[in-house]
Amino acid sequence: MSGSPGAGSPKALLRRFGLPGGLILLAFLFPLINGVSGANLMFPVIIVAVYVMLALGLNIVVGFAGLLDLGFVAFYALGAYVVGWFASTHFNEVSFSFLSALPAQTSGRELPGIHVSFWILLIAAGAFAALWGVIIGAPTLRLRGDYLAIVTLGFGEIIPRFFLNGDNILGYNLTNGTIGIKGIDSPGIPFGPRTWQQFGTLDLNPWYYTILVLVLITIFVNIRLRDSRLGRAWMAVREDETAAAAMGVNTTTTKLWAYALGATFGGLAGAFYGTFIKSIFPTSFSFNISVLILCMVILGGMGSIYGVILGAILLQGINFYLLPQTNEWVHAIGDALNSPLLSNADIPKFNYFLFGVLLVAMMLLRPEGIIPNRQRQEELREAEEDDSATELTRA
Amino acid sequence: MATTQEAKPKGAAMIDGVKSSSWQSRLAAAIVAALVVLLLVQAVKDPGQFVSQLLIGITNGAIIALIALGYTLVYGIVELINFAHGDNFMIGSFVGVTVLSGTFLGLGFFAPIDSGSGTGIRIVGVLLALVVAMLACGLINVGIERVAYKPLRNSPRLAVLITAIGMSFILQNVGLVWKGSFQIPFPSLISNGNALAGITDAVAYRWKDLFVVLVTIPLLLGLSYFIRSTRQGKAMRAVAQDKEAAAMMGINVNRTISVAFLLGGILAGASGVMFGLFNGTTVFDLGVRQGLFAFTAAVLGGIGNLAGAVVGGVLIGVIGSMTDQYVGVRWTDIVIFTVLILVLVFRPRGLLGDRSAVQGGGGE
Repeated sequence: MSGSPGAGSPKALLRRFGLPGGLILLAFLFPLINGVSGANLMFPVIIVAVYVMLALGLNIVVGFAGLLDLGFVAFYALGAYVVGWFASTHFNEVSFSFLSALPAQTSGRELPGIHVSFWILLIAAGAFAALWGVIIGAPTLRLRGDYLAIVTLGFGEIIPRFFLNGDNILGYNLTNGTIGIKGIDSPGIPFGPRTWQQFGTLDLNPWYYTILVLVLITIFVNIRLRDSRLGRAWMAVREDETAAAAMGVNTTTTKLWAYALGATFGGLAGAFYGTFIKSIFPTSFSFNISVLILCMVILGGMGSIYGVILGAILLQGINFYLLPQTNEWVHAIGDALNSPLLSNADIPKFNYFLFGVLLVAMMLLRPEGIIPNRQRQEELREAEEDDSATELTRA
Repeated sequence: MATTQEAKPKGAAMIDGVKSSSWQSRLAAAIVAALVVLLLVQAVKDPGQFVSQLLIGITNGAIIALIALGYTLVYGIVELINFAHGDNFMIGSFVGVTVLSGTFLGLGFFAPIDSGSGTGIRIVGVLLALVVAMLACGLINVGIERVAYKPLRNSPRLAVLITAIGMSFILQNVGLVWKGSFQIPFPSLISNGNALAGITDAVAYRWKDLFVVLVTIPLLLGLSYFIRSTRQGKAMRAVAQDKEAAAMMGINVNRTISVAFLLGGILAGASGVMFGLFNGTTVFDLGVRQGLFAFTAAVLGGIGNLAGAVVGGVLIGVIGSMTDQYVGVRWTDIVIFTVLILVLVFRPRGLLGDRSAVQGGGGE
């Protein structure tokens, strides 16, 4: 940047790292603020953080690499089920424990099921999801935009349905079907206060800091990826695949890396979600969730990391706060005007209507999102400019 | 496809085709042959059940074929997957059930038509439901095109696809607001009885199946006549082939596209009412599943190809009913979605692709 003081000087550092640094500090202090102000927002904030991770993961596929993935919820489900399989009493025929935070024996008996430490499972979930990212991505390599989206949609439907029907695969109960897997272990850190040695439901702070660290790692990795050779390759493939291939970019590995990395973050988010919620049901991993995450990416700004974070916070804020609040207001108005229609309205049920309208409106009015990625903005607007240029030459 | 080769005799061309086929197509052919053999074994074991499942499959397939025609018409002309089409089909069934109930917006127009009404009233009711639903869905489709797709005609494909998903959600939620989240029963207007009762006892062919055929075939014939012989039909074929050239020939491209959407909507509406009368129930998220099935059918037959949509529809219907019976109802979805993925990845042009009444390509 010309005209500014030297790169390492305090002023430049402040300008570059001031806002993110301030936000990170705020995030670390949040439990304190939450406790002091009595706002009791821990649970929603943790869920929002999970969705921020999911949105950042999808941002790699849709935003960076330009591949419309409509089945992202599959990776979310896979991560959650990895934790469900290896850190619960599900496989109660065996008894295996590895570095788990749970005591190996309760009342003299071995604990049934497989119990592996959550931190190890986190890595396993990420790797497993990445593997499936490659498996799902591989068939789509030759496909164009519409067909690619449909194939990913197909996988996004098949995998959760497989979990739904998995209680009778040739007689073996793999996924417990519609009942889902309950009683998933909580993580633990072998030192520190008791609520940190085994995360519980009373003190949400350890959960919060875990997800915060995960989100920060995700953001850091995303920024480094975006500015790396791989990130540039993604940008090239997104803009013009033929030209990119002509320039020596290996489009196959580039796209597969996008799927794998995006899936990894989806899997990590799923693993955390599984252990946080303690019971997972296949019906909660529906196509609607895929669209919700897509909405966050679109609203915030495809390819823009800050934008996607904002999108996730906004949409979950609508889900958790705005819609229930509007519900109360509408009920109040209904009671005041004595209108049963308004008093009994159930506004939060229509959140997907709002998201649908949002998607259409964003695409018509501001496809690059709230905080746009400059590159994407150029790409999305240039189509319109081409149009007007040809108008001029024709006239 | 213009080639400078001499036209080979068909037999020799086919043999050449088989010889030069890749190992993938041979593997696919072998798997399909094995599955057909398995099915035939079941057919021999219990012919009555096999035939009745086949009939159910064909009837369901006819309903799916009508929806698939909507997808294929639109894709042939504007190369866009109208994601909201399945949900339009659902709205069609909702309109049908509303017409049959006789009340709309709190105003009672006539007494509800249900299984207690006389035959004459039932026929009138069914026809009325069909006509109103066809009109409503046609107009909805045209509306969606005007509002959501037309402004984005020159935008990147990503933008239009996302808009289509948004419209799909909007329609679903209209259904949710209108009729709630539970299954909505359709009045049972067509009997389950055997239409061939007096004639033969070997095969049970229900009035319901006959009804679907009686509605589908005229619609198909009408559509085929429209595309083949009318000026608008010719205009549609022209626009599908080359939009700019068609415009230069004086064809109003915008109106032609709207007509394509209108036709697709009409078919979806008819299909919705038929689905409701045939299956006895409808629900707000019906369109997602049936829409995907129909899209699978359209791609299987060859997107952009009208005959392909019908063939694909019947095939998917039969695959669905066979899977229901011989594998298990809960695996049907997975099987059909797998078919979708396999077709899109290994044979994007489908079975009948590359020949078309309404031309247009998919994939490459």
